[in-house]
Amino acid sequence: MLQALWRYRGFVAASVAREFQVRSRGSALGFVWNLIGPIGNVVVFTIIFAQVMRARLPGVGDIFGYGIFLCSGVFAWGLFVEIVQRGVGMFIEHGNLLKKASFPKSSLPLIVVLSALVNFAVAFGVFMVFLVVTGRFPGWVALSAIPVIALLVVFATGLATFLGTLNVYSRDVGQAVTILMQFWFWLTPIVYPIAAVPDFVRDGFAFNPMAPIVVALQRIFVEGLAPRWESLVLPILAAAVALLAGAMTFRANADDIADEL
Amino acid sequence: MNPVLELRNVGKAYRRYPNARARLIETVAPWLGKRHETVWVLRNVSLAVRRGESVGIVGHNGAGKSTLLKLITGTAKATEGSIQASGRIAAILELGMGFHPEFTGRQNASMSGQLLGLSIKEVSEAMPAVEAFAEIGAYFDQPLRVYSSGMQVRLAFSIATAVRPDVLIVDEALAVGDAYFQHKCTARMRSFRDQGTTMLLVSHDPTAVKSLCDRAVLLDHGRVIKDDAPDRVLDYYNAIIARREAEYRIREVEAREGSSRSIRSGDGLATIDSVDLLDANGQSTRALRSNAPARLRIGFAVRSPLPSMTVGFLIRDRLGNDVFGTNTHHLHGAPHPLEGGRRFECEFDIGRMSLGTGSYSIAIALHQSDSHVASNHDWWEHALVFEVLPDDEAYRVGVVNLPVRSAGIVVAGEGALR
Repeated sequence: MLQALWRYRGFVAASVAREFQVRSRGSALGFVWNLIGPIGNVVVFTIIFAQVMRARLPGVGDIFGYGIFLCSGVFAWGLFVEIVQRGVGMFIEHGNLLKKASFPKSSLPLIVVLSALVNFAVAFGVFMVFLVVTGRFPGWVALSAIPVIALLVVFATGLATFLGTLNVYSRDVGQAVTILMQFWFWLTPIVYPIAAVPDFVRDGFAFNPMAPIVVALQRIFVEGLAPRWESLVLPILAAAVALLAGAMTFRANADDIADEL
Repeated sequence: MNPVLELRNVGKAYRRYPNARARLIETVAPWLGKRHETVWVLRNVSLAVRRGESVGIVGHNGAGKSTLLKLITGTAKATEGSIQASGRIAAILELGMGFHPEFTGRQNASMSGQLLGLSIKEVSEAMPAVEAFAEIGAYFDQPLRVYSSGMQVRLAFSIATAVRPDVLIVDEALAVGDAYFQHKCTARMRSFRDQGTTMLLVSHDPTAVKSLCDRAVLLDHGRVIKDDAPDRVLDYYNAIIARREAEYRIREVEAREGSSRSIRSGDGLATIDSVDLLDANGQSTRALRSNAPARLRIGFAVRSPLPSMTVGFLIRDRLGNDVFGTNTHHLHGAPHPLEGGRRFECEFDIGRMSLGTGSYSIAIALHQSDSHVASNHDWWEHALVFEVLPDDEAYRVGVVNLPVRSAGIVVAGEGALR
């Protein structure tokens, strides 16, 4: 499978580039729009939200604190949602291609993950620049975000492949995922700090693999501290299970996918 | 010689679910039992194709032709049997796979080429040739959305055939583009064949199968029912069409008892029972060579006595243009009084079928005196469809085959041009 993917690397790269280019085609500002979105987010989060919410959030200090807190979670969540949502629809979206052209099907999840990563890199890049400009950049500890993001990507890829394959057989999966992701967002400490919720809710986070990931990122960028690695055991297990489930479901059904589309 | 492509007892089944819920239940809870129906679209197909051989695959819609190509290409997996292929397979199951309207012809060609399994290097090396073959000029670097559909087809075919594959699989992609480009495509495929490419071609166009293929395979209901020289297979195929048409006619007549239909009109005082086209041996046929002898036989029933019966026919080309028509009134002059409650037969000796190659339909009319406007008993549109195949004479175009002769080019006048 990897060999086939390598042979089609040009196709994968071109597809990712195309996804990125499609949005900027025909607009005068082109690539700049890809930057304006994240910049807008940072501005909204820091200036508007921070002014309204700051007083109510324990453990978040100065004027930029809450904005940084939000950005850490929201951008990471954005990456997660993009991979899962796009992944769920990827086989259906490219149904005609799968039926008519012979190429490795596994290139589709790869394209989804890579293009989500490109978008994330742009957004996160803007965030990093913001941190440097405001003097809040945490220094070397920022590098510890890389394994955390990698963990998130593995988890999301596993889920996406698993759900995307099921979605071919039953379109209900895609509909359900859209709604479940909304609940999941609010059940993850992204807009509120974990300290701000009652104990029984906090106990619930023990079952949410996304919670430790988001908390780890917030810790890196808000407090400038490396993640508590032991807290990431649940996400690591969840990522392993998701990847295994995704790979097994995909492999078992790869030959049937084109028939069912 | 070892076959390049070998299929052994290949079969393909699809699952058909009664509804989406049944599919969901079976997916999430397979232990609750089977909720689908298995539909075999191909069964026991065995085929061996040698290097450089080109095989035409013919058959009705739904006979399993496209499924067979998909199995060989690898976009679908055979349910049973084995498929072995060697070398690079290029499949044109659909032209313009992976095209996006916002990107230029060059960018789309590059994407499409990679989708066909070419490496980045091969694609960039082939690009000048793609540009030259497509002949779309400056449009090559314009976004695809400003292309005419013909230009898209040119681009798509150029990239699909940019690098000579070991096995080329083409699914009815030939009936595209203008005549000039079609000719160019055919020439390219022929040159591939001469260089050793094995070809599989699905086509409804008997002329294309005859001119490009060494062999033809007839599929019917998912089975190979004939594998022979294109001539013989096409004859056999036409015989099946004739049989189907006969069955269809019976159904049509049955349907007429209940409802009204647009292709058949008339007062019913006389009705057409049968229409048949016969070849030189008096055998029923639906495909003739150009200039071959042919007869048209019409059987009809008359309910009540008619003072001056006329039987007529009209041949139309595939676009519906009148090509030729006449009737017994004009051929005979004298009126034909017929008694009622009997069956009659009328035969037209067409002499030679001096039509150009292509598909034609015949309309039959029963009416009084010289034209069907006066009193129309039965008018049957598309009563019969037949195919005119090329003869062994020189290449010609158009709907008629005129007996043109030429002694070639000779010098006119004296001296050279100044």
